[in-house]
Amino acid sequence: MMPIGHYLFLSLALFLIGVIGVITRRNVIIVLMSIELILNAVNINLVAFSRYFGDVAGQVFALFIIADAAAEAAVGLGIIIAFFHNRETVLADEMDLLKW
Amino acid sequence: MNSSGYFLSHLWLIPFFPLVSAAVMFFFGRRLPKDAVNLFCVGSVFLSFLHAMGATLKLFSLPADQRVYQQILFQWVTPGAMPTSTGLVNFVADWGCLLDPLSCVMVIVVTFVGFLIHVYSTGYMAHEGGYYRFFGYLNFFMFFMLTLVLANNLLLLFVGWEGVGLCSYLLIGFYFLKKSADDAGKKAFIVNRIGDAGFLLGLLLVAATFGTVRFTSQGLADPTAFSGILQSLASMVAQHQLAHGASVFTTIALLLFFGATGKSAQIPLHAWLPDAMEGPTPVSALIHAVTVVTAGVYLVARMSAIFQLAPVAMDIVAIIGATTAVFAATIALVQTNIKKILAYSSISQLGYMFLALGVGAFAAGIFHLMTHAFFKALLFLGAGSVIHSLSGQQDIRKMGGLRYTIPATSVPFIIATLAITGVPGLSGFFSNDQILGHAFNRHMMVDRYLALWVLGLITAGLTSLYMFRLLFETFYGMSRIPVESEGHIHESPKTMAVPLMILAFFSIVSGWLALPVLWGEQSPFERFLEPSLRGVEKDAGSITFGHHTLLVEYALMAGLVAFVVLGFWLAYKLYLEQPKLHTKLAASWPRLHNLLVHKYYVDEIYDALFVNRIKDLSTALSFFDSKVIDGLCLDGAGWLVRAFSRISMWWDKWVVDALVNTLGWFPKFLSMPVRMFQTGVFSTYAVFILIGLAILLGVYGHHVQTFMRTLH
Amino acid sequence: MEHSSNHLLSVILFTPLVGALLLLFIPRESQNLHRLVGNLFGVLGFIASLSLLIHFPAGSAGYEFKEAADWIPSIGARYSLGADGISVLLVMLTTLLGMLAIASSWSAIQQRTKEYYILLLLLQTGMLGVFLSLDFFLFYVFWEVMLVPMYFLIGVWGSERRLYAAIKLFLYTLAGSVIMLLAILALYFNYAKTLPQGAMGTFDIPTLLAAAQQFPDSLKTWLFWGLFFAFAVKVPMFPFHTWLPDAHTEAPTAGSVILAGIVLKMGTYGFLRFSLPLLPTDAALRAKIIHMVIALSLISIIYGAVVCLRQKDTKRLLAYSSVSHLGFCTLGIFALTPQGLAGSVLQQINHGISTGALFLLFGVLYERRNTSLICEFGGLATPMPNFAAIYLIISLSSLGMPLLNGFIGEFTILQGVFSVSKTWAAWASVGIVLGAAYLLWLYQRTMLGPITHEANKSLPDLNPREYAVLLPLVALAFWIGIYPRPFFAYLEKPVQRIVQQVNPAFYQLTTSPSRTSSISFSSPTSNPVSPN
Repeated sequence: MMPIGHYLFLSLALFLIGVIGVITRRNVIIVLMSIELILNAVNINLVAFSRYFGDVAGQVFALFIIADAAAEAAVGLGIIIAFFHNRETVLADEMDLLKW
Repeated sequence: MNSSGYFLSHLWLIPFFPLVSAAVMFFFGRRLPKDAVNLFCVGSVFLSFLHAMGATLKLFSLPADQRVYQQILFQWVTPGAMPTSTGLVNFVADWGCLLDPLSCVMVIVVTFVGFLIHVYSTGYMAHEGGYYRFFGYLNFFMFFMLTLVLANNLLLLFVGWEGVGLCSYLLIGFYFLKKSADDAGKKAFIVNRIGDAGFLLGLLLVAATFGTVRFTSQGLADPTAFSGILQSLASMVAQHQLAHGASVFTTIALLLFFGATGKSAQIPLHAWLPDAMEGPTPVSALIHAVTVVTAGVYLVARMSAIFQLAPVAMDIVAIIGATTAVFAATIALVQTNIKKILAYSSISQLGYMFLALGVGAFAAGIFHLMTHAFFKALLFLGAGSVIHSLSGQQDIRKMGGLRYTIPATSVPFIIATLAITGVPGLSGFFSNDQILGHAFNRHMMVDRYLALWVLGLITAGLTSLYMFRLLFETFYGMSRIPVESEGHIHESPKTMAVPLMILAFFSIVSGWLALPVLWGEQSPFERFLEPSLRGVEKDAGSITFGHHTLLVEYALMAGLVAFVVLGFWLAYKLYLEQPKLHTKLAASWPRLHNLLVHKYYVDEIYDALFVNRIKDLSTALSFFDSKVIDGLCLDGAGWLVRAFSRISMWWDKWVVDALVNTLGWFPKFLSMPVRMFQTGVFSTYAVFILIGLAILLGVYGHHVQTFMRTLH
Repeated sequence: MEHSSNHLLSVILFTPLVGALLLLFIPRESQNLHRLVGNLFGVLGFIASLSLLIHFPAGSAGYEFKEAADWIPSIGARYSLGADGISVLLVMLTTLLGMLAIASSWSAIQQRTKEYYILLLLLQTGMLGVFLSLDFFLFYVFWEVMLVPMYFLIGVWGSERRLYAAIKLFLYTLAGSVIMLLAILALYFNYAKTLPQGAMGTFDIPTLLAAAQQFPDSLKTWLFWGLFFAFAVKVPMFPFHTWLPDAHTEAPTAGSVILAGIVLKMGTYGFLRFSLPLLPTDAALRAKIIHMVIALSLISIIYGAVVCLRQKDTKRLLAYSSVSHLGFCTLGIFALTPQGLAGSVLQQINHGISTGALFLLFGVLYERRNTSLICEFGGLATPMPNFAAIYLIISLSSLGMPLLNGFIGEFTILQGVFSVSKTWAAWASVGIVLGAAYLLWLYQRTMLGPITHEANKSLPDLNPREYAVLLPLVALAFWIGIYPRPFFAYLEKPVQRIVQQVNPAFYQLTTSPSRTSSISFSSPTSNPVSPN
């Protein structure tokens, strides 16, 4: 059985890639993909600990998150498409309506 | 009902036949062949004539004081309670027929002459377009005219009255592609409408005074169950509620007479009749000689009971009649259109009838109406025949010498001319003599009637002058017909010639009804009509006539004949013997001549006084509408609202908003540093979250470590 | 007769509304389905109202088929309907003209058919509600509801200046309505004051109007004028008439038909139903008010007719002729005699028939030539003889030719007015003369003479659908002209009731002794009237 550290390391790497993607990428679609990475990092963490402690709850949560991620991707992409219809752009730094 | 026999109890059929045939024409006429049209239209009028004859004969067989037959078909207008001088009554106007001696005469004249004109039209209109339409209108017209003369109440009479007006509109404007025809039709209708407004008001006054518009309750199965004008008038006079000369009688009489001036083309509403000659000639004959124009005379005679109680109105009727007679006769002297001359002649002759009515000689007026119907119809139809043979020529300056080329037309025409001018032995002589005799008799009682009598005589002279002028210019002397149309002259077909002959016969003999006057007796015609025209008041104040001896009667006749001969002699001198003379005469009095040629400028005066003024008023009111009501008031209100809104906008912007903005500036200023973090770009926010997370981990990181350890 | 269990009036009232709701669920593209459903419900509405005509007890003076339900109990507003003889005739006119107006739009309207038919049906319900309401609040609601579809009908489907016309119509009528609302509220609160403490006020029309008889004259005068403006604008009476020419000129054919045929009658109906009972009791004051209204009526008659002579647009001309004709109606109403009132209602029906038909006729021309200017026509009798014939009949009916409907109405009104004042009748008769002048002149300029425009040479005559729309009106015109008794029968008793209420002096003209002694008067047909 592999030590839990490996799993955590993989998870951390994925998480960091995701975070950096979210922060640095201008294209919102890639930002969305990066968020998926973050979610998957969490999933790995959950599954790893579940296995480590022998508690199924973690895996159940991972399943929830997968479903949630799918829904989120759908909604997110929908929003982006609608946004693109209106503004003809998917670049994050041109979306500054949240001000005020 | 049974005792009254078929013809009386089917009185309603008389107007019904032409109505049915008119309806057939309007709905299916376009698809019918000419023969079928003829069969329907002429046949229906013939049936009417037969029924009218039957009913008349039946009426004759009754004793003189029972010669009234009335039938009510249904109640027509029932608007409810109406206050009258005697209390509330439910106003009812029914749809019913009344046959008494007066309507008898009218119905016979109308159906008989109408029938002849229908026959004539089959020839005259043979080559015209819209054949079925013409006959449909003609039959429709007969329906309304017969409704008019058979009506048992004033409102139904008004239906016929308006209906004939409508039909004359349609018939005058028959050639609807011609603007002048449309204008003439419209003018006829509108001028008549002015008179009709008077009629309507008179009718309302009758209703308000007597509580009914039914002429009489006589002749109904149960006369006591219905009220009639005559009966209620009688009872009012008997009970001294209203007396001879009461102003309400005068008002009624004048209003109704105003209506009559419209229909019968008397001053001041005569202007439509000459223009109406735009219609096809049979129409002129039917409408403007026999029927429509006599409706006014009929109305006055029908309401004679009221007129007899209104001496002022009677005087006005007589004066208007006499003036119109002379006035129109003078215009007829100089006209050059054959139909216009006859139109003015009609106006003049109608004036003659009104003169008769106005002096109280109702029977004489109706008698003249009848004789006039024959010879004037003949004159018009003859003129139509002339026009037909000259292919549409109407100007008498371009005729002449037609006596030999179209004898079948010229002989009846000559007879009619002799009749209208009053040549002894022919019908016109007797009726003219009766009228003048009565006028003279009145003069014997009241001096001022002398002028009316003189005017009557002058008219007789003028009539003779212009009629012989017309005759000489058309049928005698040298032909002035343009050479190119000389060859086309053709005699009219039999359908046109035969009616002319029949009418000529009656133009001669119809006056003989008054023959007994010659030996000093009452004319049987007068005796026949007497029950209808008797009035209600036997003694006090009613119209009285002086009596003259037989010798005076002959003297009067001689006077009349003298004037006729004078007119004839003048016409002979001016137009036949020395044809240049009349142009010279005209040239020596250019103003008078112009005045007559332009019909005393009546049309121009009316245009200037009324027509154009109303158009001006209309322009002014349209201007008022768009500029004052819409412009000043509405746009003004709009401007006020906008001005107010501008003021309140200014107030909002610079006072209310300014205040709020100032207040808002403080927090804005204070929030300046914090707002710098709000870039609106979510990646920035993500960085902030990350930084926050890092700080959190930095501060509480060891707790996490401790926690992780406990897991092991 | 008590018909409390009968919901006939509601059925009549809401049939068009059901149609409108149904249309909501039909896709925008299926235009023919819109037309079909619109026409179907137009016909259904007419059929429903026919049963009203059949079942209405003849000779009834009061409201029949009453129904009532609580609606807004907190203020006492109820949903209550009822119809008397006057309403029945007006309802019949509404359903008939509504049906014909819908039918006439089949090919005239090509855009937004769904909305068009929805609005027409909604309008229909609004107008019916005005004639059927027995509750002031309900009345006001319908009065205003009707305005909205009218606004859109003109504003969306009208010709060039449609927005101007629509807004003018809206503002004009709204201004009047607001004052009316105030008057209604004044009526409501003044009545509530007379009630014992804590009792609920009511908007019930008969109750309020009966109570108003006890109000002081000053208050009644205020109430009268308050209502007057709303009605005078609707009628429209000089000088409140200028919205009508614009609205007519711009409205689509069906809108014009309904506007002239029915909407204007709401004003006269209001006068008849609500204004008359609010006339003050004091004779001098009352005479003053009546004289003012009569003067305005007479001015409307002559003014409208005179202005007609100078119009260049057919629809505008007809609008002014409506002003003139409606002047007759108000004249008859304020004569306060049974004949005046009966004649007025009949003339309202007649005007609906004649002017409605005239608008339909010019709609036919508009559809063919896309213009309503007089100078664009001329000589149309040659290519369209049947059209010309029907147009002539309708013109004649409008100008009061005997045997057609207009005459009966005008004559009855004149007779009612004449018994009050001969001068009024004389002035009104001027309008009759002018009426002939402008209608015949219009006829001449459009139908007679040679054809002046190339485009008119080959105009097709009426098609079967147009015949179907026009001939019922022609038939009605003849019916009323020749046998008006059934119509008078509906009006006799309600009119008598109104006159007894507002002009009781009229029936105190008892028969004089001389009358009974005269044999000629003791007759069944012209018997003295006794109020019962």
